[in-house]
Amino acid sequence: MEYYLSLFIRSVFIENMALAFFLGMCTFLAISKKIQAALGLGIAVIVVLTITVPVNNLIYTNLLADGALAWAGYPDVDLSFLGLLSYIGVIAAIVQIMEMFLDKYVPALYSALGVFLPLITVNCAIMGASLFMVERDYNLAESVVYGAGAGTGWALAIVALAGIREKMKYSDVPEGLRGLGITFITVGLMSLGFMSFGGIDL
Amino acid sequence: MSMKETLTGPVFNNNPIALQILGICSALAVTSSLNVTLVMCVSVIAVTAFSNLAVSSIRHHIPSSIRIIVQMVIIASLVIVVDQVLKAYFFTISKQLSVFVGLIITNCIVMGRAEGFAMKNGPVASFIDGIGNGLGYSVVLLFVAFFRELFGSGSLFGIQILETVNNGGWYVPNGMMLLPPSAFFLIGFFIWGLRAWKKDQVEEPEFKICSNTRAQEAV
Repeated sequence: MEYYLSLFIRSVFIENMALAFFLGMCTFLAISKKIQAALGLGIAVIVVLTITVPVNNLIYTNLLADGALAWAGYPDVDLSFLGLLSYIGVIAAIVQIMEMFLDKYVPALYSALGVFLPLITVNCAIMGASLFMVERDYNLAESVVYGAGAGTGWALAIVALAGIREKMKYSDVPEGLRGLGITFITVGLMSLGFMSFGGIDL
Repeated sequence: MSMKETLTGPVFNNNPIALQILGICSALAVTSSLNVTLVMCVSVIAVTAFSNLAVSSIRHHIPSSIRIIVQMVIIASLVIVVDQVLKAYFFTISKQLSVFVGLIITNCIVMGRAEGFAMKNGPVASFIDGIGNGLGYSVVLLFVAFFRELFGSGSLFGIQILETVNNGGWYVPNGMMLLPPSAFFLIGFFIWGLRAWKKDQVEEPEFKICSNTRAQEAV
């Protein structure tokens, strides 16, 4: 239990998807003007990550990894090079399924998330988490915790940035830095803050 | 639009990172040394150019309802090819790039150009556009990597330029340059420089600041 807790904390703070690995930056910068929207997107990312990382883990260990097809009578087959194609397929499919499911059963949440759901397919944080999961050899339980943690960390970061940007819109920024430029520098400072978690060893 | 404009436009005038906000994810993570960055740039240029070419050549046959999936499959296959080539010929660099080669799939530049340009233009123009946008991406990446490697470890392409204190020289390396935040600052400054030069890229302020005092007649 303690091990999973520290894995969770590590993926939220120390290995923060957005601020330490720069994943999901495009949406991170584009949809962080309002806290409300940032929160909706953050929740959607948490949900999608918690589902896709374990599913990709199952696919990798049972179908793609070296020797994983032994149960089907092909012990020498190594399909791991097909990884990228299958992960992106799984992500796109799960996002689509989730969209239909929410539309039918939780319409309130569906309309709250709106356009953000389809956008999540091309969010590098989702793909990145799946690839990190493979690279670090997480098992199923670890990948559930890692998915949830990575999503929470990303959501935390985007809500924090949206808060700062809402406050910042009244400030007088030099001409060339206005908009995107100052946002980059703000994210840099936030990332500097998150660096301070780096010394923690869990 | 002429071929030359298609090729050079995205480098400064319509830079994918600085203006279109595309493909920032990998721009930051792989820039701590120039060798790695260069390999990443070449991979992105290749994937963007060839995915544009492929998408554009079959654009009349893709049903619009499943075009995203079709584009994804084309891009993912190209990235798998690049990944396998890197693993075969540049194994150490491919280890350093770790997941970021795979992340070219979700790199918005590739997807954005396939959707935004290749679906509407011919194969040759799309191919050129892919190379142009790849170059625009590379310019920013190489700029960031140049400063990060020079000031962070005192070298360029792994060759010592500034002799560091550890090796008996005079330069004290700036450790922060090797950490992720410096990439954000450098891109921020790059955008500042670019927009100071090309004024038309400056964004409109959301609020105009009023002057504090207002002339009033004495009562």
